[in-house]
Amino acid sequence: MRDVAIIGAGMIPFGRRDEDTLMDMLSYASLKALDDAGLGDKSVDAVYVANMGGGMLQHQSAIASSLVDRLSLLPAAAETIENGPASGASAVKNGLLAIASGYYDTILVVGGEKMREVTGWRATDFVATMTHPQAEYPYGITLPGMAGMFTRLYMEKYGVTREHLLAISLKNQEMGTLNPYAHVEMALDRGGIYDSPHAIVNNPVSADPLHLYDLCPVSDGAAALVLCTVEIAKKTGKPYVVIAGFGQATDTHTLAEREDPTDLKAVTLAAQQAFAMAKLKPSDVSVAELHDAFTILEIAESEHVGFFKKGEGGKAAVAGKTRLGGQIPINVSGGLKARGHPVGGTGVAQIVDIVWQLRHELPENRQVKNAEVGLTVNFGGFGNNVLCFILRRVQP
Amino acid sequence: MPVDMELEMVLRPPQIPMPPYPPKTITLANGKVMVIRQAVREDVPAILKSVHPCLFIERDYYDIVSARLYGELLAWYRYRVKSEYCLMGQVDGYLVGIVNGRLENEKVGMSYHTLAIDRGLRIGSHLFAAKMEYHMDYMGQDEVLIVAESPIGFRRWMIEYPLELTHIPHELGGGDSYRLTREIYLKAKQRLVVGDRPVSQALMDEAMLDIKFADDDTIRERIAGLKGR
Repeated sequence: MRDVAIIGAGMIPFGRRDEDTLMDMLSYASLKALDDAGLGDKSVDAVYVANMGGGMLQHQSAIASSLVDRLSLLPAAAETIENGPASGASAVKNGLLAIASGYYDTILVVGGEKMREVTGWRATDFVATMTHPQAEYPYGITLPGMAGMFTRLYMEKYGVTREHLLAISLKNQEMGTLNPYAHVEMALDRGGIYDSPHAIVNNPVSADPLHLYDLCPVSDGAAALVLCTVEIAKKTGKPYVVIAGFGQATDTHTLAEREDPTDLKAVTLAAQQAFAMAKLKPSDVSVAELHDAFTILEIAESEHVGFFKKGEGGKAAVAGKTRLGGQIPINVSGGLKARGHPVGGTGVAQIVDIVWQLRHELPENRQVKNAEVGLTVNFGGFGNNVLCFILRRVQP
Repeated sequence: MPVDMELEMVLRPPQIPMPPYPPKTITLANGKVMVIRQAVREDVPAILKSVHPCLFIERDYYDIVSARLYGELLAWYRYRVKSEYCLMGQVDGYLVGIVNGRLENEKVGMSYHTLAIDRGLRIGSHLFAAKMEYHMDYMGQDEVLIVAESPIGFRRWMIEYPLELTHIPHELGGGDSYRLTREIYLKAKQRLVVGDRPVSQALMDEAMLDIKFADDDTIRERIAGLKGR
């Protein structure tokens, strides 16, 4: 197995991109990553596109075939990879394996989604298509609904409180104000969403006990990476990032079939695999991007990957341990909560943010000092397909 | 514009004085304080300056809502409607939202429009709630007839209250009206109608002194920009 590096990273600002088609967004992000990689006239061997809803929302299939032509990257191999909200990390994993195996040397991975051209109801329904088609979907379950039930159980078992969830909302939206790529650039006020009697309207219950500001926004957006061999990366003469480890695991499709629904086994297993491959441990990680589609998930994932013991993640957030400058800065980008969650693009965007962190090129107010190792968790379904990556900075 | 008052007396419908709406403040999600107060006729030219850039924004049907609102406010300003009122939201003196309506008769209100100029802060929800509060608590009406011109409005009014469907044609387009009854209002009030009274003199002075409004580009960006929520 060859080591694999990342030499190009690009993203377009997330938000409501009414003027852009899905293909526009994928193209813009790809061009940014290709420019960043500095490959010049050299093309890539393959293009992997992560997308979950093009077929349903845009009535478009074979997106990768279209993109490779549009970017004039013919005759590069091209595949669209759909793995729910974990599509992005799945595409990166497939790129990684193709280069590690020795078959390809350079791969463009791009992920994106255009979700805002349908109403919020349609978008919620589209995301809910990943639930079990007989045991869950027909009964009206949505992902926020699942997250609400999960949160209630987690509260009962581990003592998580609304104060803990609030700490995540406030932190991530505050960080979003510093990130020009974030969909939501509005800091929240504790009084406005929690303490004051007016909060009942400002921050209503969405899926009890989760409130509006516990949920990520529905976003349009795209992000891209250029993966290559370490030999190619060395020739750039710039700091680059290697994929030190990855892991992927699955869990039961229905939540009801899990022995303990609060146990995100796939997160634990994916992280364990990634740490084992990287020969690192949680305390070695400088910065992490976790899949906070709901505030509870940042808390639960921070525990399941091993940053904190079960029941300690929420307290750690309240204590500021996950803020920039804290013990383990989590979602310095603003996370899904503020950067947004174009489902097929999220897994790629998380890695783009970590690459920027590890190359030490972010502004001081977002840069984790001396960041050497980064971790991402891309959470598909409700934890039934999870990928974890560990990235490491290399100074040539 | 020269006005022939003799003719005006023929053209103007009788003006029904609207009762006062006591101003209130609401703390928004970002911590800013919004003052909701009743507009006076003399406020209309300033309000229209903020409505104007919205006329050309298709997103979320801002064009039709603002075009109709513009006409309704102008009709009020020019004395062409007999019982219209307008409530407005201001943050730091800046106009951030407008609602209006009128009386169908003593017991039935006719809701017109809700326009949020700043978005993502539930300003529209707060202002619509203030409008319902005005009809029910301060004008003592039994019901308000309502339609939505956008999916967001439908979600916020018809579903969140929830309103009941009638076959009474609404003044806006003649479609079936939804109805807020006193019973529905009282059930929804606890979770949808908020605000602190009285408003401090300093905040009222700021709001009354001058209606500030963002420039056209800022308004367009807030409503239809990339970060639109």
